[in-house]
Amino acid sequence: MHHATASAKKVYRARRRTNAINMTMSAMGMCFGLFWLAWIMITLVSYGFAALDWTLLTQSTPPPGSNGGLANAIVGSLLMAGTATLIGTPVGVLAGTYLAEYGRRGWLAPATRFINDILLSAPSIVLGLFVYTVYVARVGHFSGLAGALALSLIVVPVVVRTTDDMLKLVPDSLREAAIALGAPKWKMIALVSYRAARTGIATGVLLAVARISGETAPLLFTALNNQFMSRDMNAPMANLPVVIFQFAMSPYDDWHRIAWGGAILITLSVLGINILARVLFRQNNS
Amino acid sequence: MGAVIIRLSGHKNKMNPSHLPNEPHTLARRSPRQRLYQFGDVVFENVTRGFAILVLGTLLAILVSLVVTSLPSLKAFGFGFLLSDEWDPVRDQFGALVPIYGTLVSSCIAMLIALPISFGIAIFLTEMSPTWLKRPLGTAIELLAAIPSIIYGMWGLFVFTPVFSRTVQPLLIAVFGPIPGLGALFQGPPMGIGMLTAGIILAIMVIPFISSVMRDVFELVPAVLKESAYGLGATTWEVVWRVVLPYTRTGVVGGIMLGLGRALGETMAVTFVIGNAQRLNPSLLAPGNSIASSLANEFAEAVGDLYTSSLIELGLILFLITTVVLAIAKLMLLRMGRLEGTRS
Repeated sequence: MHHATASAKKVYRARRRTNAINMTMSAMGMCFGLFWLAWIMITLVSYGFAALDWTLLTQSTPPPGSNGGLANAIVGSLLMAGTATLIGTPVGVLAGTYLAEYGRRGWLAPATRFINDILLSAPSIVLGLFVYTVYVARVGHFSGLAGALALSLIVVPVVVRTTDDMLKLVPDSLREAAIALGAPKWKMIALVSYRAARTGIATGVLLAVARISGETAPLLFTALNNQFMSRDMNAPMANLPVVIFQFAMSPYDDWHRIAWGGAILITLSVLGINILARVLFRQNNS
Repeated sequence: MGAVIIRLSGHKNKMNPSHLPNEPHTLARRSPRQRLYQFGDVVFENVTRGFAILVLGTLLAILVSLVVTSLPSLKAFGFGFLLSDEWDPVRDQFGALVPIYGTLVSSCIAMLIALPISFGIAIFLTEMSPTWLKRPLGTAIELLAAIPSIIYGMWGLFVFTPVFSRTVQPLLIAVFGPIPGLGALFQGPPMGIGMLTAGIILAIMVIPFISSVMRDVFELVPAVLKESAYGLGATTWEVVWRVVLPYTRTGVVGGIMLGLGRALGETMAVTFVIGNAQRLNPSLLAPGNSIASSLANEFAEAVGDLYTSSLIELGLILFLITTVVLAIAKLMLLRMGRLEGTRS
């Protein structure tokens, strides 16, 4: 009897030990994740803020060895991200509307949802390749518009997904009330569903903007780059991510400094938009 | 008042279209506004359906365009393209073995690191963390996913690589280098850049994706199941390992596949640190190349049909691999019964 309790105690202690070890490991996993976040943010702040000054925002990208900034790249990035959002949002919202409002029967909506989720995680460089083959190769030159098209291919799946999810959260009783009052379905969607889901849909658009603000790969062979200030969407266009890539890979120290300045600009805006989207979404939900 | 009545009758027609022939007056009485409404319904439904089909067709369009533009290379090299390690723009000889190997190996390293870490993070967030800490910690981990990949690349090249080559890499070479077999993976000088560095940075990048799916599916486990196990005296680890994990197995695999899909296609971070060498080298410390980084480095400067189409064929291979992996991920998560499990 005494022996049995002793061995039971041993097993119990072993179980407790396994538990303690594994729980410590999982806490360490959490610390591991936070460690990288902290390291990256500290690096960005220390290198990035040192590079931030007025010339960075007002002058265009310099040749090596002379002073300059990122004004042309900032303008190009804003133009392309804006155009991509303008193209992608209506497409995404309308497709998402079909999925949530009309797609309750049939195969089209589930199939589209499935493909959309694959596009959501598809390698962005392949999207750039696609735009290159169907647009850039046809017209024969790189352009800001091609860059915007490639970025809009990233916007669409994000907006489709959030629109679909947010519309599905709208209670059916609201829809039934609108229909019972005699509203046609399009009016019900426009005045009831959209109104109930608009913050959620706006969150989706914001997340899409955050996502494309830092995207480099799809721009490499669509928008390319431009050393000078250009607002012509039909010509190669400077943009922050590609300039950062080019400058960071160069051997010049002053180019590295500008690249860090661009890096902090991009990260701050992406994280800022992300946090804004979260706050917006949380307010809507509470 | 009148408007309401008219709309109600319009609604009745729509609900019971079989009544229409019996009530010819209804048609005649329809106001222009009613006809506008019905016309509006048809237009709106078909426009939204058109955009849904457009989204559906995008995947096919990408596939077709990549196949068509890579035809010259497909014809010139056939299946040998996958097995040749030659990459010589001067002699127009191209093979995909080195970039395919680099993509798979760097992603494997990433998964080996990210998998246990993400599991730990998910356990911490669902079972251990005090409630007030759950949201800030979860958000912090998700912010890792929001940092643009070019930032990872820059940080990796300028900050991580020097530290890594001074501290960890010499240690790895000293410890594992002399071991026969395993030692082959840790040969050569500690340059900092290379396959292992790319794998580690990829791991950091996919951790938020895998851990947030894991956390979401862990939270689907009915509290009753966990409470009964706790009531029987199980430890937290036993509850996680024997109750939570078996219950969420498909969802967890889905999350892992999602992370793998991300790692395979990641471009900029890898381009900065993998070294961009078209050589097959068993050592993980040696520079290599991945499909995405080959494209990023060479495509804009590629001249000649065969060179361009070989690069596009690389893109096609990458697209096929990631699509299959992501489709499996999606199927797993669908089986888990919760589409919301995957984060954008």
